[in-house]
Amino acid sequence: MSTVALRPAAARSPLWIVVWALPIAVVLTVLPLVLDSYRTIQLAYGLIFAIAGLGFNLLLGYTGLLSFGHSAYFGVGAYTVAFMVKYLHVQSMELFVLGTIAAALLVTVIFGYVCVRYTRIFFSILTLALSQVLWSLAFKFFWVTGGTDGLRVPTPKLLGIATGANEDKIHFLSHGYYYYVLVIFIACVSVMWLIVHSPFGKALQAIRDNETRARFVGIRIRSYRFVAFLVSGVFTAIAGALWVPLNGLTTPDALVWTFSGEIVFMSVLGGFRNFTGPIVGAVVYNYLKDFAVGFTVYWQTLMGVVLVVLVLVLPTGIVGTAKLLTATMRRRFAR
Amino acid sequence: MSYLQTEKLTKYFGDTHAVDKVDFAIGEGEVVSLIGSNGAGKTSLVNLISGLLQPDSGRIVFRGEDISNQSVQDRIRGGIARSFQIVNLFDELTVVDNVALSIFAREGKTRWLFTLADHYGAIWEEAHDILRQFGLDPKAKQLAGGISQGERKLLDVAVAYALKPQLLFLDEPTSGVSTREKAPIMDVISSIVRSHRITAVVIEHDMDIIFKYSDRIVVMHQGVILASGSPEEIRSNESVKDAVFGPTHA
Repeated sequence: MSTVALRPAAARSPLWIVVWALPIAVVLTVLPLVLDSYRTIQLAYGLIFAIAGLGFNLLLGYTGLLSFGHSAYFGVGAYTVAFMVKYLHVQSMELFVLGTIAAALLVTVIFGYVCVRYTRIFFSILTLALSQVLWSLAFKFFWVTGGTDGLRVPTPKLLGIATGANEDKIHFLSHGYYYYVLVIFIACVSVMWLIVHSPFGKALQAIRDNETRARFVGIRIRSYRFVAFLVSGVFTAIAGALWVPLNGLTTPDALVWTFSGEIVFMSVLGGFRNFTGPIVGAVVYNYLKDFAVGFTVYWQTLMGVVLVVLVLVLPTGIVGTAKLLTATMRRRFAR
Repeated sequence: MSYLQTEKLTKYFGDTHAVDKVDFAIGEGEVVSLIGSNGAGKTSLVNLISGLLQPDSGRIVFRGEDISNQSVQDRIRGGIARSFQIVNLFDELTVVDNVALSIFAREGKTRWLFTLADHYGAIWEEAHDILRQFGLDPKAKQLAGGISQGERKLLDVAVAYALKPQLLFLDEPTSGVSTREKAPIMDVISSIVRSHRITAVVIEHDMDIIFKYSDRIVVMHQGVILASGSPEEIRSNESVKDAVFGPTHA
């Protein structure tokens, strides 16, 4: 039996999830009142990356497909918002999210049609290559995309309400915008939890475990992978759309393959065989990167060392290791 | 007309004639064993009928319909299911999840993204009922990757059975289990197959099991059908003795 196995699904009831999720939601709601603005904004970044991690993990953890191209969908979200601001003069965050979903569906339908025909390294390389196509488009078509200068995105309207011209932007981002991100984060977690615990989610796990057998219980493998690809891309794009007002600017860096690597890093850090792993991984990664950048100019080296140690010492990630330790402790106390 | 019939079914792998113009037929409710030495073409024949392989030529007719070009999913919907020589399970799902997934797929529920699987009470009830029939209900909550080989073999058949097949292929259902476990496993499978009048084709190497549980035995040798008959007829067939058991077989 694999040591990184998912817990039997039967152990997870809606009541169980509420018991765990409610206190966490309360803590996340209260945190801006006790943290300074910088830390709150940092947490907002973490929650946004967690949405991207959830989307990514639907493919890796639940379908068994490792994508090295999720920066593409994150970038699609970010650039859709920037284009809507620049060319359509839209300011509404809700319209940004709707536009992002439409754009992400368009891109993922095309990319997914090509990619889900393949698995393993071929799938990974294809996703990487396609994301680089988008990156090069953003890089080269500078008269549309702003090139390396990127496109600026001003403070959006939330729920149709314009923020006061005199309101401090930092205050807006660490309060109004943080809560907006938190609500979308909770909605995304709920929807993804429903998906992975649905019959469709079980079918994805079956495909991950044994493609041949899944075929012989009547599951059309490619169609299911395709739908998982779409959902995964849309979640990651929503994260991109939420990220860009926080960042104030989008550049081709949002599309580059190293950012795809960061999304993989977040999921491995938290544990990709757990539902909560990518969420924890994204938040911790965000703080870890912040610490590393402040600590040394060779922060990439430091992060690389962390990744190597992580894979060697904690192959199940933070959440997976915590679960193993909890299970060991329970067994000891039961004796 | 036969329940299932193949007409000049052929599959070559390079120069190897895995299945060579085979005319194989089975009647409704029959339990037929396919025997033959390794490489005789038994598994290839089952792979062709179940859709895992595409034939080079020939036809497969099931209940009067030509299914030669149907997808695996369409054949399953038509009532054909199979188990595998090397156990094929969803190892990181629980035992009950493995069976429930078959039922979800059979009922077309796996397309639903926004309904909790746990809300389909009738499906879970049916899954537990199937596990009870196979004696696996006490293991329902365990991961399929963590149960014994004998239990995995039974679960493999249970997953196929949950599709409510009319024609069931069992590819070596007792391979890799101890001699002591073989008869109990076959007793369970045989009783379920016969009580639900499922037409079954069993590939097996253990002759005691074959003679005990089969209505009819079909012998394959080098891609062709060498003989077909009742267990007694096959037991006394000299050419079968030479080809399958070897000339020194007593």
